[in-house]
Amino acid sequence: MALLEVQDIHSYYGHIHALRGVSLTVEKGEVVTLIGSNGAGKTTTLRSIHGVLTPREGRIVFDGEEIQNVPPHDMIERGIAQSPEGRKIFSRMTVLENLEMGAYHRNDGVGIQQDMDRVFDLFPRLRERTKQEAGTMSGGEQQMLAIGRALMSRPKLLLLDEPSMGLAPVLVERIFQVIREINEQGTTILLVEQNANVALEIASRGYVLETGRVVNAAPAALLRQDPKVREAYLGEV
Amino acid sequence: MRGDARLNKLALPVGLILLALVFPFVDDALGTNLTFSAIVVAVFVMLALGLNIVVGFAGLLDLGFVAFYALGAYVVGWLASSHFQQVSFSFLSAANTTTVSGVEKPGIHISFWIILILAGAFAALCGVIIGAPTLRLRGDYLAIVTLGFGEIIPQFFENGNNIFGFNLTNGVVGIKAIDSPGFPFLPDALDDWQRFTTSNLNPWYFTILALVLITIFVNIRLRDSRLGRAWIAVREDETAAAAMGINLVTTKLWAYALGAVFGGLAGAFYGAFIKSIFPTSFSFNVSILILCMVILGGMGNIYGVILGAIVLQGINFYLLPQVNEWVHAIGDATGSALLAEADIPRYNFFLFGLLLVIMMLLRPEGIIPNRQRAEELHGGEEEDASVPEVSRAG
Repeated sequence: MALLEVQDIHSYYGHIHALRGVSLTVEKGEVVTLIGSNGAGKTTTLRSIHGVLTPREGRIVFDGEEIQNVPPHDMIERGIAQSPEGRKIFSRMTVLENLEMGAYHRNDGVGIQQDMDRVFDLFPRLRERTKQEAGTMSGGEQQMLAIGRALMSRPKLLLLDEPSMGLAPVLVERIFQVIREINEQGTTILLVEQNANVALEIASRGYVLETGRVVNAAPAALLRQDPKVREAYLGEV
Repeated sequence: MRGDARLNKLALPVGLILLALVFPFVDDALGTNLTFSAIVVAVFVMLALGLNIVVGFAGLLDLGFVAFYALGAYVVGWLASSHFQQVSFSFLSAANTTTVSGVEKPGIHISFWIILILAGAFAALCGVIIGAPTLRLRGDYLAIVTLGFGEIIPQFFENGNNIFGFNLTNGVVGIKAIDSPGFPFLPDALDDWQRFTTSNLNPWYFTILALVLITIFVNIRLRDSRLGRAWIAVREDETAAAAMGINLVTTKLWAYALGAVFGGLAGAFYGAFIKSIFPTSFSFNVSILILCMVILGGMGNIYGVILGAIVLQGINFYLLPQVNEWVHAIGDATGSALLAEADIPRYNFFLFGLLLVIMMLLRPEGIIPNRQRAEELHGGEEEDASVPEVSRAG
C-alpha cells in the first residue's frame, strides 16, 4: 500500500476551483515531484494534503488512514512534516530554537538530540550558527533551516514546497544533494518545484500539473525525455 | 563560579522582595502615607502582568482588558455584600453576618478567599468566551473586537440594574458596603494587625503582595513553559506554528484565559479593598492605561512590565500631585491665578500619551525589552511583504 494516496481531490479558494480532481500516490521511500507552472495547483495540492485547505471532494489516505479532515497541527503527530513555501522560519528565534520548535510535539530528549545531530551533519552550516537569529541568515541558510526544522519531527513523509526558490544555482544544487541524502536515509519526500530540471533529477516519479489537473504522470526519467515537458518546463525548444 | 552567578541572579529579586516586605513599616515610621498608593500600584502590577500574557507573550493585542478587572470586582460585589436582597446566604465569611437584632443579614456573604478563586475562574471562563470569536482575527481587527468587548462590559454593568426586572449590577449607583476579608478560623482576630480595616492597611498590603508574587511566579513559569514557546511561535508565524504541531485555537484561548485570571483576581481584590464598585471605574481608559504599562515597560518582559506599572502609577499617584503642589506654590508666589488653580493631575492621560510617543520614537521595545521583541522592532529589514495567502498558492 502506498504511504500517501490522494484520490481525486477538489479544493477551492472561496469560489475559485483550484484543484479539479488531483490524484497521486507516493510509495514509501520514494521522492515524488509535482511540477507545473505558476498557478497550476502545486502548492494547493500540498496545502490540501497538509490540512491547511480541506478538499471539498475526494479522499487523502496516509499510512492507511483518511486525513483529508485532519487539521494541520495534527499532521506532525501523524508523521507529515512540511517545509513551507517562503520558508516560514521563526526569524526572531535562534537557529537552535527553530530546530527545537520542530520537535515541539516530542518529549524524547535523547531522540531529539539525535535528530539535531543528524540535521547538523546534513547542514554543517547550521551547526556553526546555532546561536544566530534565523532571520539574519542568508536565503540558502534559511532554506536549510526550514528543511532541518521539518526533519526534527522525524517525519515519515516530508513535504517540500519550492526549496529552490530565490536561491543561487550553486546553492540549489547543494540543497538538492541534501534532499537526496535525506531520502537515502529513509524519509519519503513529496517535492513541489518550479525548477523541473533539478526536481526530475532526484525524483523517481513526477506528476505534471496544469490548471488544477494532473496532465501527465510518469517516471522522472521518462518525463525528462517527454518533448512537451522539455518544451514547457525544462526550457528547451 | 556557577553558584556565584546563580546567587547574583537571585540577589536582585530577593532584595526587592525584602524591600517590599519592610515597605509598610518604613512607610509607617516615616509617616509618608504611601501604603494606600502602593496597594493600588500593586493591583495594577497584577493587571499589567495579566495583560502581558495576552499581549506580550501571545502577541494578541487586547484593548478591552478592563473587562476582566470589572468582572472580578463585580464577582466580589455579588458574593460579599447585601446586594442580592432576595437571598440570605453566608459561608465562612469574616464579616458580621447578623444584624444587631440577631437577624441574618440579607445578601450573599462568602469568604473573600473563596471569592478570589471564583473570580479568577469566572474571569477565565469569560476570557475564553470573549476569546473564541476573535480567534480568526489578527492585528488591527482583533484590537477592534477586543475594544468592543471592553466597551460592552462597563455598559452592561451600567445598565444591568434591570435585566427583565432583575437588578444584577445596581446600575450607575454600583454595589456598596462590600465585606472585608478576614480569617475564617480566627473569628476574633488576636489583634488589629490581622484585621482588614480601613485604618490598618497592612493586611491588605501583604495580601496583594502575595498575589503579585504569585502572578510573577506564574508569569515566569509560563514564559519558560511549552505553552510559552508555543505563544512565541504563534506570535511570529501562525502558519509555521501550526506546521510544528501547535494547535492555534487552544494556544490562543489559553492566553486569553490565563490573562483573564489575573485580571479577575486583581478586580476581586480591588473591589474588596475599595468596598464599593461603580461601572465608571472600569472605563476604556483603564484598558489603555494597563496597555501603556505593558508597552512602556517592555512587552513580554516580566520585570519591564512591573516597572512600567510602577512608573505610570507612580506618575499618577505621586509625581502629578507633587507637581501640582509646586505649580500652585509658584502660582501663589507669583500671583498667577492660572498657575495657582491649575489642575495638573487632570492631564495624566495627556502625559501618558506623550510618554508613549516619545518611547515609541526612542525605544519602541520598552524600558526593559524582551529579547525577541526587540529584534522584531529593530531587525525586521528582511521581512518579506505579506502577500495575501490566496495569491501565493501555486
